[in-house]
Amino acid sequence: MAEPFAVRMAGIGVVFERDGQRFEALRTVSLELAAGAFVCLIGPSGCGKSTLLRVLADLVPIAGGEARILGQTPAEARAARRLGFCFQDATLLPWRTVIANVRLALEVGRPAAARPPRRSPEELLELVGLGARLDALPGELSGGMRQRVAIARALVGDPALLLMDEPFGALDELTRDRLNDELLRIWQETGTTIVFVTHSLGEAVYLGQEVVVMAAGPGRIHARLDLRPAKAEGGLGRDSATFAALTGELRSLLAEAGA
Amino acid sequence: MTRSGDAARGWLLPVLGFVSILVLWHAVVVLLQVPEFVAPTPLAALRTLGDRWPLLLQNFWPTAVEALAGFLLGNTLAVLTAVVFVHSRLVERAYFPVAVFFNTIPVLALAPILVLIFGLGMLPKIVIAAVICFFPTLVNMIRGLEAVGRPELELMRVLNASRLEIFWRLRVPRSLPFLFAALRIASTTCVVGAIVGEWIGANNGLGALIIQATFNYQSPLLYATLFVSSGLALLFFGAVVALEKRVLRWS
Repeated sequence: MAEPFAVRMAGIGVVFERDGQRFEALRTVSLELAAGAFVCLIGPSGCGKSTLLRVLADLVPIAGGEARILGQTPAEARAARRLGFCFQDATLLPWRTVIANVRLALEVGRPAAARPPRRSPEELLELVGLGARLDALPGELSGGMRQRVAIARALVGDPALLLMDEPFGALDELTRDRLNDELLRIWQETGTTIVFVTHSLGEAVYLGQEVVVMAAGPGRIHARLDLRPAKAEGGLGRDSATFAALTGELRSLLAEAGA
Repeated sequence: MTRSGDAARGWLLPVLGFVSILVLWHAVVVLLQVPEFVAPTPLAALRTLGDRWPLLLQNFWPTAVEALAGFLLGNTLAVLTAVVFVHSRLVERAYFPVAVFFNTIPVLALAPILVLIFGLGMLPKIVIAAVICFFPTLVNMIRGLEAVGRPELELMRVLNASRLEIFWRLRVPRSLPFLFAALRIASTTCVVGAIVGEWIGANNGLGALIIQATFNYQSPLLYATLFVSSGLALLFFGAVVALEKRVLRWS
């Protein structure tokens, strides 16, 4: 593909109007992300990190600037089903079984017209470790399992860009650590570009090839922390000294940003 | 405590409740020496239920058919109207107040009008039963079709789902618990509607039997008819609950 960047945003502004009050959620945000990158967005609440994700998913209209996903506008990318989205809450349909929830992505929005899926829903559920629970209802699953189903659903049709909005925020720490490991494995196996919003410093350092720190009032990019040099020799153990140093560096960047 | 013990106690208390009321009723009638044409003892009513069973059954069927037809007609129209309202705010704003107005008319006042329009056959009874079912189902169904969360709608948008796909795969399943809550109400009110219709003018049916028994001071027969009427309503209610259990396994 000629486009070297999976995501290219230039001068993005987002303005919300509530009861006649203008609220500037993002101001002149520019960001370029390489294809296959794993980028974490972190920042104080109200810094617009979720809004930035929603701009890419065409869920929020932009007031100014330009966004491109593999050369397409967010609306085009959404219509072509090149996006996967994981919400804070798994957002499974409770009347559908696990497998039927993943198949939903094949039933709506004419995805088959785009291209045949490389992996079937069964294979995707195998990938997230739920191959044995295909016929369970969401109400019978733990929070962590529900998020795995949501990830499998988001991966239907091999999205070029996987957008994740604090998907593990509501989980206990052990489950979160395990799902972080699984997500890294899935990222390596699928090669998809991931933009991951989080509140957790540790999660950001553990998952990201790069961490983008945002600041509030109005939402903007404060700093970028490249973790690739530190991770060049493979993963970064959560107990390593480098991990602690990077987490510390990120903490001070966040303090500057006004967290 | 064992599960079967709990289940037995689950049945036992309601049965005890009913039996205690019957005993109280019997005691009041006997002790106050109430004449039978004013109020029979429960035993007399039950005896009549057995003795006059063929007559009761003969009048059971017309009412059952009217109530069922009214139930189906009223609820179908209510669901379709709710779908139209949810799709078009304009239509909803124009016609929902009309629906509210019609709902304020007492069904007893509406019944003679409908008999004048539709004659003395089964049709006016079916229409009255349908009218009485309509409003609760309309209100619940509108709420149900709108009981869709923002994340769910965003999910459908990311999946590029069409309005029709969102309707069938999201709004309709979300509305079902609300619909069944309304159907439970309608399952008993449709019997009321059919009986009220029969009061205004009918030769058979439980409503006609109630009027005849009252005018002839046959109170045991009147009470036996009441038992059959509530039996009919319970039958509909049970059918709705059974269907709900099959359809709404997830909730």
